Amino acid sequence: MICQFFILSSKGDHLIYKDFRGENSSDVVRVFYEKVTALPGDQPPVVMNHKDVYFVHVKQGGLFWVVTTNSASSPFTIIDFINKLCSLVKDYCGTLSERSVQLNFALIYELLDEVVDYGYIQTTSCDVLKNFIQTEAVSSRSFSLFDLSNVALFGAETQQSKVAPSSAATRPIHQREQGKSEIFVDVVERLTVVIGANGMLMKVDVEGEIRVKCYTPRCSEMRIGLNEEFSIGRSQLRGYGAGVRVDECSFHQNVKLDEFESNRILKLCPSQGEQTVMQYQLREELPCAAPFRLFPTVERDASGRLLMYLKLRCDLPPKIAAINVEASVHVPKGSVSLSQELSSPDQSAELKPQSRVVVWSIPKVNGGTQLSALFKVDVPGLCSSSLLEVAPVGLSFEVPKWTCSGLQVRFLRLSPVQPSPGERWVRYITHSDSYTIRI
Amino acid sequence: MPYLSGEDTVKELRRALSNPNVQSDPLRYRNTITKVIRAMSQGVDVSALFPEMVKACATVDIVQKKLVYVFLCSYASLNPDLSLLVINTLRKDCQDANPMVRSLALRNMTNLRLPGLVEYVEQPLSSGLRDRAACVRRVAVLGWAKLHNLQPETETDAAVVNELYSLLRDPDPIVMVNCLRALEEVLKEEGGVAINKAIAHHLLNRLKECDVWAQSDILRILERYCPQTEGELFDILSLLDSCLICVAPPVMAATLRLFLCLCSSLPAVCHSALERACGPLLTACGSSSREMRFSALAHIQVLLGAHYKRFFCGYAEPAFIKQRKMQVLVELVNDENVSMLLDELKGYCTDVNPETAQAAISAIGRIARSYSDKCLEILTGLLGLKQEHITSAVVQTLRDLVWACPQCSDIVCTTIEGCEQIIQDAQGRQALLWLLGAHGERVPSAPYALEGFIDGVRFEGSLCVKMELLSAALRLFLCRPAEMQDMLGRLLHYCIEEESDMCVRDHALLYYRLLHCGIEETRRFVQMRRSDPGLGVLIGRPQQSINSWAQSFNTMQPLCGATTTPDTSTRGSPEHTNFYPKTNLSKELRTCQVDSTPTEEDFFCLETLIQCSLIPVDSPYSLQAALQLVNIQTMAFTPTSAIPWKFYMYTHTQPECSTKTAHGTLILAELLYSNEAPDVDEKPRDEPALMGFLSILSTVLNTVALQCENSQQGKTQLS
Repeated sequence: MICQFFILSSKGDHLIYKDFRGENSSDVVRVFYEKVTALPGDQPPVVMNHKDVYFVHVKQGGLFWVVTTNSASSPFTIIDFINKLCSLVKDYCGTLSERSVQLNFALIYELLDEVVDYGYIQTTSCDVLKNFIQTEAVSSRSFSLFDLSNVALFGAETQQSKVAPSSAATRPIHQREQGKSEIFVDVVERLTVVIGANGMLMKVDVEGEIRVKCYTPRCSEMRIGLNEEFSIGRSQLRGYGAGVRVDECSFHQNVKLDEFESNRILKLCPSQGEQTVMQYQLREELPCAAPFRLFPTVERDASGRLLMYLKLRCDLPPKIAAINVEASVHVPKGSVSLSQELSSPDQSAELKPQSRVVVWSIPKVNGGTQLSALFKVDVPGLCSSSLLEVAPVGLSFEVPKWTCSGLQVRFLRLSPVQPSPGERWVRYITHSDSYTIRI
Repeated sequence: MPYLSGEDTVKELRRALSNPNVQSDPLRYRNTITKVIRAMSQGVDVSALFPEMVKACATVDIVQKKLVYVFLCSYASLNPDLSLLVINTLRKDCQDANPMVRSLALRNMTNLRLPGLVEYVEQPLSSGLRDRAACVRRVAVLGWAKLHNLQPETETDAAVVNELYSLLRDPDPIVMVNCLRALEEVLKEEGGVAINKAIAHHLLNRLKECDVWAQSDILRILERYCPQTEGELFDILSLLDSCLICVAPPVMAATLRLFLCLCSSLPAVCHSALERACGPLLTACGSSSREMRFSALAHIQVLLGAHYKRFFCGYAEPAFIKQRKMQVLVELVNDENVSMLLDELKGYCTDVNPETAQAAISAIGRIARSYSDKCLEILTGLLGLKQEHITSAVVQTLRDLVWACPQCSDIVCTTIEGCEQIIQDAQGRQALLWLLGAHGERVPSAPYALEGFIDGVRFEGSLCVKMELLSAALRLFLCRPAEMQDMLGRLLHYCIEEESDMCVRDHALLYYRLLHCGIEETRRFVQMRRSDPGLGVLIGRPQQSINSWAQSFNTMQPLCGATTTPDTSTRGSPEHTNFYPKTNLSKELRTCQVDSTPTEEDFFCLETLIQCSLIPVDSPYSLQAALQLVNIQTMAFTPTSAIPWKFYMYTHTQPECSTKTAHGTLILAELLYSNEAPDVDEKPRDEPALMGFLSILSTVLNTVALQCENSQQGKTQLS
């Protein structure tokens, strides 16, 4: 049961406040913010309680989404609901940010009114809600010159017109004036890897999902064809083929699987907005080489400085590139300053004394290449034991146009054939925020 | 308009709202109202605009209507009289041809939360129950629950309750589940909605039509149903089996909870249900939402498994998830994975977040109780880092380890040399002092380490460290008198002459007088236990029965217990640790608790006379031992010859999971020999627990007295 719901900005401004049951005073907002700010660090626990009031919050888009409830409520339900609400707001407003929430507060109040009544969740289905929601979204995206890059010169067909602008999927679903009928199918994989000091893969987890984002008002059936060699579970390993294997796989309840066994086709009737059609996991082993390897050398030089020589090899296929790569290396306590030699000018490195890390950021790494960096860190009173503190290197990166498991969408068909040819986009991305390499 | 004060904003808005030009232009009118709502959600008090907004309510524009209703519902309680004006519009809207308008009016009519309006609302609500459109029925059904809670003392009409029951057969699934929710609230006094066989089966059959939220609510309510035959029970279980492995965590958790409730008498079924739900729970542990991951982790501790690698921490995970994962890892240790796990935990020990590092170190300490060699190697290595917070945590861990397994003490003694210069915080130093005092004879440099502490005692801020220093110095003196004599003298002199804290002074005086009695006497007195064999080898999780935690499964309880502080039992010296009451007493004392915070009023004093034969005052130790068996701890007692002889003790009840408070009750008692009347102080007030305590106490007293009589009889027979 949900007693109250509110959205706070990270600075504590009230953006949205709705009391569903009128049992607690509106004072709870202040209490919550005091509790959050009183804690050290920026990671307050998900559930906090104040007397009989339990606060459950989720941080998304830099905002606190908070529900107050009682002790008997199911945490799974509440957390899942907040996540669902976030994605609804995202669907309706286009993006999730303080600005978009501020601009669209009337819409969000309307949404809340329909989604929850007297603390009980009524429905979160986009199809049902679209009959009730009347307010138009205000798009927070400001005009940008980059949007013009898609306009072809003198109407000529350019390469760019075949590529959707990156902001295409961040618009409100019900915008009548620019109601372009589009469907985005995203294959997103999240990689969690731990590589031991000897280069062995100690832990691999791939969490993947296929997300469909639909801007088409009427779409009766959609067929997504996956790789034909797609197999689930361990027993079906087939020889040396380019098979794609996952350990576990689950589908959205609306997906019809009658052609899945034979042809690996998912059939569904997408409702407007975003939904996760399929989730899958892969454990213990990777079908390809691990995307990054690191060869570190850590030593003390004659003048008592800490020398770290890092060689980063990217084992992705040659045409694929990883972007926004960030390697953070822990350095001993008391590190004062850093001098670096990097292999190309677009890279940068920075020492963050509070969190004791050196962050090496690389905008782009092509597959099959190798980068190197030499860091000299001044640490007063460096002793041999301090070298032990140069602990794991954490990498975070994104790889567009590539999936770790090899899963691909063969085709995407809509039926009946749309009168106005809508546009269909398939995007692949693999990202990781916990790719740990032990030294 | 940030540069305008609240009052100016209100004035501005009022002018705009009452401007006829604005009123005639729907778009401008709506925009002005939007501005009002914006000011409202930013915290400006716009209640003064109530009359203008009431007027704005009468419109055909649905968006405007919705906005106005948001405003009215927020401020209705401040303007009950003016709200009466809205009722007419709302009632008219209830007759509207558009079902959306009808449901909107009905919902907001009940959301005004004004008891005075109940009489106007009842009639539209009743007709709403029979409306053609499902969305109106949904609202009307919940409306009755709102109405009931507005006037909790008035009984809801039986006809309405009957109608709600009959609406459980409504074709719309949301109407059905709303009926359940409404009945649950309306019939709260009678214990909620009555679930008979017909209703239960009806709900189960329609479960598939409902969405995630409705399913989890229905499953929660079905917990109350008890199947009449075993056959029926298994029918239900097989029907629910697909929900158990559902992708949506809320449904999976609710189903698992229902399984555990229904099969509380069939442990084998519970175990297989747990195993089956393990997969979805593990999937939730790897969910992309970190809040969901945390929630699943907090629940998965109940499931053991070979999935330990799933609990390795990710690099960018927040501290609260890392600490939770470590707690799970410790419980999963076995011979095969121990080296892998220790490698992993070792990596966390140098974490930037000191709390995570401490949690990792204490996790290694827990594992060390059964795999001491490997763990001690790691812990010793960590001391080499010479990091303040790491060293402190390691020393505390070592102290706990030595207390639990004395066989480690040799290695520990060689490693702790030189730590005294690094540790800064009081808890770490306290732990170090305890180790030096208890095992000082095997640490060559112990006296020098203590000398540093004694020289700095003048500037010592922490009371605990001073007390620990006194005991450590005295203990070390007993085994290494030559090196310690001078130092101990200086310390006692300072503490007795210059120390301002009474506690430390008394302690020093006690030791001083004790030393006067002779060295043997002192040795006998301060001879202490160096380990607690009772703790033994603790590894893995103590086997709990499922029923003990099924009640708190899928509630907020497991998530709140997950405070970020690591293992609290490792704070303070081991001898001073409170041992948790074990089985028998806590059963007695685990009773309902009165919700209150410990203020002065909650102390409760009672004087009782316990009928008991003569207590042998010359055997306080046997009494102490007997009381410890039932988890009553002794604080102090007077010398045996003193009259009246007094004996102070305390115990506490365990906080109970199902009650709202997280505190146990603390019972303090004084046993007075002269007239055999214990004085009992208690906090917070808890009658049944007290009664339980008294009955146990008198039983113990009687037993001890009986035993003593027997032994005296034996003695007389011998002589």
